[in-house]
This record gives sequence, C-alpha cells and structure tokens, in this order.
Amino acid sequence: MEKSKLLVKDLNLYYGANRALKDVEMEIRDKAVTALIGPSGCGKSTFLKCINRMNDLVENVRIRGQVLLDGENIYDRRVDTTLLRKKVGMVFQQPNPFPMSIYDNVAYGPRLHGVKAKQELDSIVEEALKGAAIFEEVKDRLKKPALGLSGGQQQRLCIARALAVRPEVLLMDEPTSALDPISTSKVEELMEALKKSYTVVVVTHNMQQAARVSDDTAFFLLGAVVEFGPTAALFSRPRDKRTEDYITGRFG
Amino acid sequence: MKAEKSILPGAGSLIGKKSGAAAERAAQIVFTACASFAILAVASITLYLVLSGTPAIFQVGLKEILFSTVWAPTAAQPRYGILYVILTSVVGTGLAILLGVPVGILTAVFLAEVADERVAAVVKPAVELLAGIPSVIYGLLGIYLLNPAMYRLERWLFRDSATHQFTGGANLLSAVIVLAIMILPTVINISETAIRAVPPSIKAASLALGGSRIQTIFKSILPAAKSGIVTAVVLGVGRAIGEAMAITLVSGSSVNAPLPFRSVRFLTTAIVSEMGYSSGTHRQMLFTIGLVLFVFIMVINLILTRVLKKGGQTP
Repeated sequence: MEKSKLLVKDLNLYYGANRALKDVEMEIRDKAVTALIGPSGCGKSTFLKCINRMNDLVENVRIRGQVLLDGENIYDRRVDTTLLRKKVGMVFQQPNPFPMSIYDNVAYGPRLHGVKAKQELDSIVEEALKGAAIFEEVKDRLKKPALGLSGGQQQRLCIARALAVRPEVLLMDEPTSALDPISTSKVEELMEALKKSYTVVVVTHNMQQAARVSDDTAFFLLGAVVEFGPTAALFSRPRDKRTEDYITGRFG
Repeated sequence: MKAEKSILPGAGSLIGKKSGAAAERAAQIVFTACASFAILAVASITLYLVLSGTPAIFQVGLKEILFSTVWAPTAAQPRYGILYVILTSVVGTGLAILLGVPVGILTAVFLAEVADERVAAVVKPAVELLAGIPSVIYGLLGIYLLNPAMYRLERWLFRDSATHQFTGGANLLSAVIVLAIMILPTVINISETAIRAVPPSIKAASLALGGSRIQTIFKSILPAAKSGIVTAVVLGVGRAIGEAMAITLVSGSSVNAPLPFRSVRFLTTAIVSEMGYSSGTHRQMLFTIGLVLFVFIMVINLILTRVLKKGGQTP
C-alpha cells in the first residue's frame, strides 16, 4: 500500500446554518486516482474545493476539522493559500481558459510565481502541454487565442495550465461533463497517465468513469461519506445498501 | 394538395384574423423612424458644420488657421491662428485622461472586486451623483476652491520670477483637474460594468493557480474586461474634449501655449466665450473652430477604438 498524500479528519462544512459536509474522514493515496461519486448536491464538489480551500471565497462558509497535506494541516491559520494552491491544482467542470493565447494560458501560472526567462517559460509550456496530451495539436498555433480551440481541447489546455505550476495534487471537478465522448475518453486516458506523477482526485457523475479510471472511490450522500475504499471492491461488493442502490442506478 | 388546403382562410385552426400583423408593422415603422432621427441628426450636424465652417478657411487660409499662434480677431489687422487653442485642447485633454483614467479604473476595480458591500453602498451612489452634477457647478466649485489654491501654489512657485504673468490660479492645471474629475463617473461606471461582466470562472481559474487577489485582478480580470474599459476611456476622452462650461470658468480663457501655470483657451471655450460679440469673419472663424473640434473627436474616437482594441487581442 502506497503512503497517503492527503488525510482528512473529521471535516465539517457549514453554509450558514446548513451543514453541507458531515464528519468526513478520508485517506487519499499518493500517485493514485481517487473518485468522488454521489448524487447532485451530496457535497462531493464542496469536499473537493476544501482540498485547495476554494471554499474560502464563498461567503458564510465555516469549516471545522483538518485536511492534512503531507502531514501539514492546510486549515492552519498560518497557511498561505497561494502556496497551497500551487501544490494543489484544479480543473473545473466547464473549460475556463483565459481570453489569451494558448501559450499565455499555460504560462500564466509560472509567471504568477515569478518565472520570467523566455527559455524557461518555453520549456515549462511545452512540458505542460505534452503532459496534458495536447502539444501535438497546438504546437503550431501557440500564439493563437485559446478560445478558438474545441471544448475538449480547451479542457486539456486547462489541465496543461494546472500542470504548468507543477502541482503535487490535481483536483478535477467533473472534468468531462461538458465534453463529447471522444474528448471524454482522451481526458480519461490522460488521468491514467497523470497518476504516475500526481495524486488525482476527481468528482464524477459518471459511474463507469469512476470504475474505469479510479483506484479508490468515495460515495457521498447528503454530505457524508457512506462508503470509501478500493474501487474494484466498492463496485463489486458494496458493503452498504445505499451504495449498491446508487451504483446499480436505483436512485440518484 | 390536401395539406395545402388547410392553411387557406376558413379551413384550419391556424387561420386567425391577423389582427397582430398591423400592430407589428406599425411598431416596426415607429422603431425605424426613431432610429432615423439619430442618423438624421448626425448627418445634418456634419453637413451644417462643414457648410458653416469652411468659408473662413477659404478667406483666411488653412495654413494660417492651423499653424499660426496669433489669435487677434478684433485687431485692425486681424489674425486667426488657432494652433495654441488646438494644442491646449490636446494637452489639456491628454493630461486629464492621464490623471482621470487610472483613478477611474482603480475605483471601478475597488467597487467591483475589493470593497465590501457596505463601503460600496456609499461609494457607488456618490459616483452616480457625480455624473448628475451640471458641469457649470464643477466650474463654480473650481473657482471657489481650486483657483485660490492654485494661486497660492503659483505665488510660491514663481516668487522669484520677474517674467511670470500671474493668472490668479485660473490656468491649464486647474482646467485639467476639473476635467479629470468630470470624466471619473463615465470611466468608473462603464469600467465597473465591464469588470463585473467578466465570468467568475476566470477569477476562479487564476486563484486556483495560486494567484493572489491583486495578481488575479491585474493579470486576468482587467485583461478580460479590456474591451469594455477601452469603451470607458473613449467616452471619457469624448466628455473631456467636448467639455466647455466648467473649464471656461477655471482656465482663465486667454490664448496661450499650454503650460501648466498659464491661462489658456480650449477649442470649446473659444467658441463659448467669443460667440456673443463676434461678427463677420471672426464669427465664421468660430464655426471653423467648431468644425476642427468635430473632426478632432471623430479622429480620436476612431484611433482610440482601433489602436486600443487591437492591443487587447492576443497576437
């Protein structure tokens, strides 16, 4: 068993008086893909955003508990969220490239963190685009607007953009829900490749996707983790009746 | 053939009295007529200005008008050079933009991104109020507050000068400050709208990459709002270059090279202050100044829109 990258302890999140996450406990393995599944509104995306503290931006949110990244509590008062988010990258549901060139999109993160030299940027951009399996498609038009790409290409560009800051963890919030089947399978292949170098946590609505790409799966319901464990076991022998109902499509 | 029959009068459920059709047509005519008024107005203004502004050009000569610095329309040997007046408008407007646009854009950023709701609830109405104040009031306040302060500054700066002609504070700098304040509401309101129109996903992307709040504003939100901000600047320039009333009161209104502590006359203030007593060629000359101003605004709008918007696109 590989060592754990993230350790979530007794995590609770409130939107005002509404308790959206209930005593979540989870151990996310290093260099593995962890899938978060569950019906809409079950808290899986909210949980994902706890890992890079994007929930800090939402008003009236209170968070109790701990998320340990390599043993460090990311909710410690002294934590610099910009450093945290450099380590924990994120890909969103809708592809959201900046209205800039393909190159500038990928170079955005490194530039934020102080990389200025043209040569260094060039190599980071190329490496990130290769890492996201889109380099061959865009290498001749790096200076063209990113918004001219197709949806699937835009999403892989967003993955490249996240990789360019060299994160250790990559959070993906339903990364293929806005994509066609061919683009979806490309992104899924990509996840397989990414877990060699990164810890990937992916929220998905697509049960087959979770079964195909993930090593571990967590099933969320009403803000709580109902079942968490190796994907193969969870899908073949669910321990909880509600998990079984959900993965067999009886509700959700 | 049967299918066709059903849409003939009296044969099917789709047949109505077509009572709406007349109303639709009437509405379209009304809309077209309203739109035509705008075109008619622009066309007639252009035509009228060209007709009334060109006679003086033939009498005095374009070169004399545009490149001579002597403006003496009522002298025995009248001279009609408006170079200083043109330069004053260019320099005055330019400085006002340099001063007002950054302040305006930063205020817009503050309102849209930084200020909490209670602060914004105070600042926003204040900005809107600023837009509603008549320009002559700005002028009055300029006379009351700005000019005396300028005069004090002027006396201190030129205390040892034997040649400086004291203006009592009515100078280019006063006019620039008043203009800068006057364009603020335009720049702020339009920029703020543009900034608020940037999709939240852009902001989220930048923050998720480890961008700080300030980096996110300057590197992703403002570039994404660029097109709207350019519009704000263009309208601000338009307002500044066309303003007459307020700056007539604070600029001293004598024809001079545009230096900060000189009394100056703008294209607009020249027309306003002389139209009452002018006659003959002098009067025609004022219409020519109007034409110059008109051409000016057109050219500046075209250039700004072209150049700034082009700069906004990624190569």
